[in-house]
Amino acid sequence: MSAGSLPNGSQVRDPGYPTPSENYLTNSRGILSWVFTLDHKRIGVMYLIGVTVAFGIAGLLALAIRLHLFQPDGMVFQGDKANDWYNQVFTLHGAIMVFLFIIPSVPAALGNFLVPVMLGAKDVAFPRLNLCSFYLWVFGALFFVSALCASGLDTGWTFYTPYSTTTDSSVILATSGAFILGFSSIFTGLNFIVTINTMRPPGMTWFRMPLFLWATYATSIIQVLATPVLGITLLLLIAERTMHIGIFDPEYNGDPVTFQHFFWFYSHPAVYIMILPAFGIISDLISVHSHKRIFGYRFIAYSSIAIALLGFLVWGHHMFTAGMSSLTTIIFSALTFTVSVPSAIKVFNWLATMYKGSISLTTPMCYALSFIFLFTIGGLTGLHLGTLATDMHLHDTYFVVAHFHYVMVGGTLVAFLGGVFHWWPKMFGKMYSESGGRLSALLVFAGFNLTFLPQFILGSRGMPRRYATYDPEFTGLHQMSTWGSMLLGIGLLVALFVLLRSVGAFSWLGLAAGKRAPANPWGGATLEWHCTSPPPFYNFERAPAVGDPYDFSDLEWDTEDERYVTVEPKREVIPEEQPEPAPVHAEDSK
Amino acid sequence: MSTIEASPEVGHDEHGHDHDHPPFLAHHFDTPEQQFDSGKLGIWLFLVTEVLFFSGMFCAYAIFRALRPEVFEGCSQFLNTKLGAINTGVLLFSSLTMAWAVRCSQLEQHKGLVGTLAATLSCAMIFLGVKAIEYSHKWGMGLLPAGMFFYNPDNPHPTDHPNYLLYICLPFAVALAGVVIWLIASVVTMNRFHIAIAKPLTVVCFSFFIGVGLGTILESGEEAADHVDVHADPDGLASAPIAQAAEKVAAAEAAPAIAASGAIVPVDQDVLERLAKDTTNSGIASGLSALEQQAATAGKSTVTGDGVILGGITTTEVDVMTKRTAGVFFSIYYCMTGIHAIHILAGIGVLVWLLVRAVRQDFNRQYFGPVDYVGLYWHLVDLIWIYLFPLLYLIR
Repeated sequence: MSAGSLPNGSQVRDPGYPTPSENYLTNSRGILSWVFTLDHKRIGVMYLIGVTVAFGIAGLLALAIRLHLFQPDGMVFQGDKANDWYNQVFTLHGAIMVFLFIIPSVPAALGNFLVPVMLGAKDVAFPRLNLCSFYLWVFGALFFVSALCASGLDTGWTFYTPYSTTTDSSVILATSGAFILGFSSIFTGLNFIVTINTMRPPGMTWFRMPLFLWATYATSIIQVLATPVLGITLLLLIAERTMHIGIFDPEYNGDPVTFQHFFWFYSHPAVYIMILPAFGIISDLISVHSHKRIFGYRFIAYSSIAIALLGFLVWGHHMFTAGMSSLTTIIFSALTFTVSVPSAIKVFNWLATMYKGSISLTTPMCYALSFIFLFTIGGLTGLHLGTLATDMHLHDTYFVVAHFHYVMVGGTLVAFLGGVFHWWPKMFGKMYSESGGRLSALLVFAGFNLTFLPQFILGSRGMPRRYATYDPEFTGLHQMSTWGSMLLGIGLLVALFVLLRSVGAFSWLGLAAGKRAPANPWGGATLEWHCTSPPPFYNFERAPAVGDPYDFSDLEWDTEDERYVTVEPKREVIPEEQPEPAPVHAEDSK
Repeated sequence: MSTIEASPEVGHDEHGHDHDHPPFLAHHFDTPEQQFDSGKLGIWLFLVTEVLFFSGMFCAYAIFRALRPEVFEGCSQFLNTKLGAINTGVLLFSSLTMAWAVRCSQLEQHKGLVGTLAATLSCAMIFLGVKAIEYSHKWGMGLLPAGMFFYNPDNPHPTDHPNYLLYICLPFAVALAGVVIWLIASVVTMNRFHIAIAKPLTVVCFSFFIGVGLGTILESGEEAADHVDVHADPDGLASAPIAQAAEKVAAAEAAPAIAASGAIVPVDQDVLERLAKDTTNSGIASGLSALEQQAATAGKSTVTGDGVILGGITTTEVDVMTKRTAGVFFSIYYCMTGIHAIHILAGIGVLVWLLVRAVRQDFNRQYFGPVDYVGLYWHLVDLIWIYLFPLLYLIR
């Protein structure tokens, strides 16, 4: 099949595979060509490896917590210091997951790889700043690991004063780490905003951008506006510990609740840093794998911005029990409900997109479907916590734990996995085993629900969070949760195995690597599917012709070549509802 | 990284762009305008993060000032307005030279650019020199963040502390010595490029000590006023007309240390009453009445001698000069001015980098972005000081 030529002569649908000298993974060799790379794709891959390692460490800590809670008196940590150990382990689990995994996972790893390619640009606006922010991430991660080794941090990931100013554990190391990671996050966000504003090629208007870019843009706004406040808060906390500046420490007339305000002014918007890019991934995944134009494109785009802005006004709902005035709590509670409106707009639009679409149950789609299910539960239980009266009862119970795990794990992690499975062929040029991928999605979904559904019941029955032991009446539910976490762990390992096998990591065991990926394995219409898989070093030979990112009418599955090809190049025409191409797709790669 | 950019496979310039790529244009930009716009948007976003970074401290300032207005008003008197005003003037002037530098780079006036950048750098150094005097003087008096605060009104000028000024000046002296050696070496080897850089840098490093000298003169003027009868200030330079003028002004002002010595009580009373009259100062008013009540019931007069400190009363409720009160003011003072000073230092770093590039004549009509961006950053640093000065120095 020859390359489809467009009227302007560019070969945007060229299905050809890159030569080793074009391929960004192989165009220069040696470890130094990675260490000093300015290529956004390589930086994205390095982030991907980094966040996976961080996730592995924090995931093991999570399993240790769950195993410990298998019995009412605690199973893993024994002896006099059992409870201290427990405190340190859940603190590090939370802090590493939040600062090292969830916040950088989608924006920094997938975002770095995808933003310029989706935009049709050669690179991000500031490649050196991009590399710098990666090394800041590494540097900050090392601080965290040293905090882990020094004297375990036991404040919880929130570093609440006054405990964080009095404990002997390594608060300064950990907060310095978080401070540095904050700068990494700011620079990434700044880079993306500038890239999306100034690097769009001709024809790429705001409303031709894929929704992933809208979500990334909204995320970047939060990163730039909220993270500096965390920076100064942590700096003041460090000063409080070293010089006793008396701003947060009640011993010197400071106000610990001020710390909570400062902290949540960042950390609540940070929740949207975690979930907004996941929304972006899901918007793209649902549309591509349903082979149907996204429903309500502008509503989804604007709702991302609305969430980003409203997210700045609701931080007080973390502090309903901290002693704010009743008027303040009512206002924060009311504002909290407003955030659910744009979130619901997104969910309804995804459902409407799937309606009458020709859905392919590929691995990414399986993850996207679990996302919708899990995020909906996470979002709706958030309303219980945003309601003043119920929050008084549920505050600091397992209900809260279950709620934010449904949003952070069921939402962000599942979307991240879906995104990785969706763009993996583009990133590494290999197809993975579809059946293995779908098995992992099923295991993750089942394991996740088994872990966290019982925690809603535990919480509503009054089991407080962060306790190393519990009343025997809670044993059954806790044990269910622990079994679930094992299943979830197995599911994640299967996912890792499937992905690594596809790039030949287990060829020494006789497990063949996956098939070579075509330029467009899923039938996506966004620009990243126009370049080869993996993309060449410069992404595009020429500026690609920009069309509607969700118009799949001219894509058809070629059964001989096993890839999508352009049948009628009519990219500039925006048609009505079109009959969809056959829902056939790449099957197992064995 | 350069290996990748120069790798032989990368032959995209021929078809990627239909014009020749000037050397200053990064490979991923199409036009110099696009590069400039990206940089400009980037630096503005960075300035937004800087504003938000400082906003945390302004917020803390607002909260604690609202809670204890009398503490802020009282403690502000320990800050030397003249030094603050001089620093404000120095920074405003440096903003002028910085803006001028941007203009020079646009007009390709290379010598003018080097000169204006050096002037900006010198102003930054003078600012730090004056700040060094202020800091070392306060550290000596024990006016420190809450945890380390040890100010004692009976002995406001303890002499048994290390010479903080020396410690602050030491790195700058080393830098000056280094630059002078560099200048001499480059003169000896006749390296014109190095001479062109080392010469302005020598002036810049020396400016720090101009700032220190200026600060010493003004600070000692105040000192001399404090201790008119006690001792002649050794650094007073009493013969200098500036110092004499400063003495007069300082004597006219209600210098905190006077009150602390307990010798001139009426000054205290004035300030105390003025503070109490302010309706927002409920703390001091209630404190005053509590004190009178206490004095009446206990039958002993505590409102004399060292019992009264300027703007504060030695009861537990409203004691201004303790760790828990004044200490917090000085915490905020050191956090705000300290982080501002770190920004000045960072600004000095990037300005030196610009100076080297200016000597190399890197900038031209088409490519003056870096000067513009650093200029914007410098104006923001100035602007933050413009807020800090009245909020900290002028509130009494």
